[in-house]
Amino acid sequence: MTKQIIVPFGPQHPVLPEPIHLDLVLEDEKVVDVIPSIGYIHRGFEKLVEKREFTEYVYIAERTCGICSFIHGATYCQGIEQIMKIDVPERAQYLRVIWSEFSRLHSHLLWLGLFADSFGFENLFMGAWKTRERVLDFMEETTGGRVIQGTSKIGGVRRDISSEKLDQMVKDLDVLDREMKELTTVFLHDDSIRHRLRNVGVISREDAYHLGAVGPTGRGSGVAIDLRKTGYGAYDRLNVRVVTDSCGDSLSRCTVRAKELFTSTDLIRQAAKKIPDGPIDMKVIGAPDGEYFMRAEQPRGELVHYLKGNGTKFLVRSRIRTPTLSNIPPLIKMLQGCDLADVPVIVLSIDPCISCTER
Amino acid sequence: MAFFEMVKTALRTVLQKPVTILYPAQAAKKTPLSRGHLTIDESRCISCGTCQRKCPAQAIILIKEAKTWQIDRLRCVVCNSCVDTCPVKCLFMDTQYTAPVTARTVDIIAITYVKPAKPEKKDTPQ
Amino acid sequence: MTVEQQVTTTIDVGKLIGSVERFRTEGFRLVQIGCTKVGDLYEVNYCFDKDYHFENIRITLSGDTEVPSISGMFWNSFIYENEMHDLFGIQVRGMNIDFKGTLFRTAVKFPFSTPSVTVTKGDNP
Repeated sequence: MTKQIIVPFGPQHPVLPEPIHLDLVLEDEKVVDVIPSIGYIHRGFEKLVEKREFTEYVYIAERTCGICSFIHGATYCQGIEQIMKIDVPERAQYLRVIWSEFSRLHSHLLWLGLFADSFGFENLFMGAWKTRERVLDFMEETTGGRVIQGTSKIGGVRRDISSEKLDQMVKDLDVLDREMKELTTVFLHDDSIRHRLRNVGVISREDAYHLGAVGPTGRGSGVAIDLRKTGYGAYDRLNVRVVTDSCGDSLSRCTVRAKELFTSTDLIRQAAKKIPDGPIDMKVIGAPDGEYFMRAEQPRGELVHYLKGNGTKFLVRSRIRTPTLSNIPPLIKMLQGCDLADVPVIVLSIDPCISCTER
Repeated sequence: MAFFEMVKTALRTVLQKPVTILYPAQAAKKTPLSRGHLTIDESRCISCGTCQRKCPAQAIILIKEAKTWQIDRLRCVVCNSCVDTCPVKCLFMDTQYTAPVTARTVDIIAITYVKPAKPEKKDTPQ
Repeated sequence: MTVEQQVTTTIDVGKLIGSVERFRTEGFRLVQIGCTKVGDLYEVNYCFDKDYHFENIRITLSGDTEVPSISGMFWNSFIYENEMHDLFGIQVRGMNIDFKGTLFRTAVKFPFSTPSVTVTKGDNP
């Protein structure tokens, strides 16, 4: 009868961007069971909604997370606009799509860098973050902030992008595409990376669907769910390609995210070509009365903002369910049966964004 | 199959000059829209209190009787909400970040706005 | 912009297991379990999705009603049910992984059920 020992993983670990605690139950070198424990970054955002007016809560919703901040703000605004039945002008919808796709690019490039660092490839880590600087420069030139954009508001957007800037941006996308192609060639074809990632952290398609895997974690196992296909914002007028892979291991999750970089640049080019002229916001009168579940596609998966108002300036409830909260049960399934040395790579392959999870 | 892909990238990076900036010896790169810290033109502020009400971090405090406007720089999240809603447009966002400090203090600024006198009523002809 | 149609049905606590079983056999996946405090009562929403078709069932209960767990049919519901217990104080019977209140460690127990959590002067600089 082999003895079982418990090794704590986290909350401080070089590979984790944010603190999460996992108790790993080990027999010899194999992980038998995992007990997660979260709560290190709980800031009580959902309680704060009772103290801030619904127009001011945008700033707080944006600061839920630093990596996926624009989409939180935009989803909150879209939820309130659905409840109040406001029609946002077309130009604002296209601008939101452009900033959302840049946000997705920056998040995936950040993750690719961290992933390379987790198996020791530091040169590739720095190469990915160097390319990410181009995306952040564009964000700062058009919105004023590198990480927290602050351009969504209820009824539209706060800043405009001129058409000269849009043309310049489309030309810069060619340079970005070239650099990203070099990076993804290394990720997908390098022998040492393949040895490290192939058949590590396998989860089957059935398990991934029933355990609630969303985003690239699910798409890496063949579960083709991408909320951009529901057509919120301006996505119903753009051609969205869903990228999936069938193996279900860490290498296929990495492949899905690497290929999604190119679908994002394609969407930005489509949006920049189709964007109409016109106003960028509209006046908002009154307060929300009703409820709605606004669903959107974050870089990590499916985001649900549940908003409930009762006609006053303060909302009754704002519940944010982020994709990482839904990806923790599949993570537990993936870790059962793996080696101790593979645990950091598997934990990072679901792209944990714990500050979103705990709000 | 890709041969020596990473070696090509690594050699090119070694031969280029570094992309990092030796901050704070060199200045950080900034754009005209960058949000750094908040400044006020005290000769135009009419003490309406809109910026205090709209601030999501509750960083601005306005004392009407003493005519002072104070801001806690470490609470301010540079969201630009006060700049957008000020009715007389006396608040501006500067591009440089706040300098690091060793103790938490508030910046107190005296308001020097003087309400222009109303023009005297002319006598109405009988 | 396409607006998603969302169907919400309110049911009784006793019929919860039967309705959830119907979703399981039809191949839906669990999206989230969310709780809202309305006055003195709690509304719990169970959200399911299949092929971008969104359905929601809602139960209303008071603070001391026990809710049966749906983890027999949906293994991943434990994380939402533990969160509901830690933040609102709702008792859930029969969870497959029961953290017994240690999933979310907060300074005040059941923070979302208390009307206002005050911070005494000197805590927050």
